[in-house]
Amino acid sequence: MMTPPHRSFPQPPLKPRLQAVVSWGSFGVLLLYSAWSTGFSFPVLVQGIPDFVRFFGNMWPPDWRALPEIITPLVETLQTAYLGTVFGTLLALPLIFLSSRNTTPNGPLMWLVRGWLTVVRSVPDLLYAAVLVGILSFGPLPGMIALVIFTTSVLAKLGSETVEAIDPGPLEALQAVGANRLQQIVYGVIPQVSATLTSYVLYIFEINVRASTVLGFVGAGGIGQLLRRYLSFFDYQGTAVLLLIVFGVVLIIDSLSAYLRTKLI
Amino acid sequence: MLIIDRVEVVYPNGFKALKGISLEIPTGQFVVIVGLSGAGKSTLIRTINNLVVPVSGQVSIDGQSITQAQGSQLRQMRSQIGMIFQTYNLVKRTTVLRNVLSGRLGSAPALPSLVGLFSREDLLVAHACLQRVGIPEKAFVRADALSGGQQQRVGIARALAQQPRVMLADEPVASLDPPTANSVMADLKRIAQEDGITTLVNLHFIDMARDYADRIIGMRDGEVVFDGPPEQATDQVFTNIYGRSIDTAKDLIAG
Repeated sequence: MMTPPHRSFPQPPLKPRLQAVVSWGSFGVLLLYSAWSTGFSFPVLVQGIPDFVRFFGNMWPPDWRALPEIITPLVETLQTAYLGTVFGTLLALPLIFLSSRNTTPNGPLMWLVRGWLTVVRSVPDLLYAAVLVGILSFGPLPGMIALVIFTTSVLAKLGSETVEAIDPGPLEALQAVGANRLQQIVYGVIPQVSATLTSYVLYIFEINVRASTVLGFVGAGGIGQLLRRYLSFFDYQGTAVLLLIVFGVVLIIDSLSAYLRTKLI
Repeated sequence: MLIIDRVEVVYPNGFKALKGISLEIPTGQFVVIVGLSGAGKSTLIRTINNLVVPVSGQVSIDGQSITQAQGSQLRQMRSQIGMIFQTYNLVKRTTVLRNVLSGRLGSAPALPSLVGLFSREDLLVAHACLQRVGIPEKAFVRADALSGGQQQRVGIARALAQQPRVMLADEPVASLDPPTANSVMADLKRIAQEDGITTLVNLHFIDMARDYADRIIGMRDGEVVFDGPPEQATDQVFTNIYGRSIDTAKDLIAG
């Protein structure tokens, strides 16, 4: 005779269930606490809707006479992002190989570089720009340096993860051939990582273009500085043109870079 | 003359891979090393180019110790020892020619090689090596576009480009189908004979060991348990090397 399922079928172990309750519980508590202490409230949000409408209403119609004024700082913004990406990449390249377990010439040096990169990465680029503006005064230079710092620290980290994931076989072969460390990197590592690294550089360039549009808010040159001026003079119709142009340019660069990245791998 | 003198290897996890191996291999001999996985075959041939460093004992080639060599002297000695791998260890995203040229790195001037510049002689050697392994037309093809047998031929060409005195081959045909495996082994043997290269090959296949070897060395648990010409390597000897009957599988099927 078939016995029906007994009442005492195996229970899942208690510990994972407790862990689930604790982690979802703390997630919820943190959410409520954050909402409460930042004064988030739906009624205020809803009451604000007419202000939203009025704000965007003020932007209509866009005042296209602002266009010639926008072009120069926009180009400056793109140049800032471009230079920041190029110099940042050049600085990152040696750091990638110094901070990767399989290519570093020296263990303690590797940890030193890694630790330093972590510290550098923990500061947001806008903060670097603000501090650098204080040192170097207004203009695109502090913005560019902030992007160099960002690019270097992020690319070195992503790059060393890529380098550590390569097939070790070719490296062993090159060691057996009698190649020195630099030759091993050039012949065994770089061909394996170059496509991925190029893809990262393009992606970081996209991020830098977007970041450089707001750098001007802390006085670091480019289109952001103009945007801040429009906003403080309540020139919403000029703001509209500026936002449309920035939106279009960022969209073009992002899709171009995304297309190039699909071609790489 | 290649002399392996009481070589002991202990891995960091405490595993004793080689328990005091001593061998003398005359110049030009074609040696096949057989044994189970984990018997120490790969470790043994890696002590010869010092990719694995013994805890005691040493390996010397024509009177020069490679175990004690360091820095540029070690690289110079390695440049005279070719090595072939089971998984070929080619850089797949570059051309065949560049892979073969990388065999010249130990002897080419370092700075030009870093920007991809090789002398006319290096290029001639590389193309000649591809010719010798029968794939001269593949020079400018990307390595990952080749079949397994062709990739292993590139591996051999890279090792030949070193113009080596000693050739090490770690399971060179284990990833290939039987006919391809045979033709790659035949190439290896022919070239070794033509150039008088001392060759050590790790093999899984007993028939192949008998067909190609001048001398068979059997290893078990980090020790040499057989050393002699192929005629003496009877089935009984192989049973002893492997620690069990080589026909166990057949026995099982026969019931």
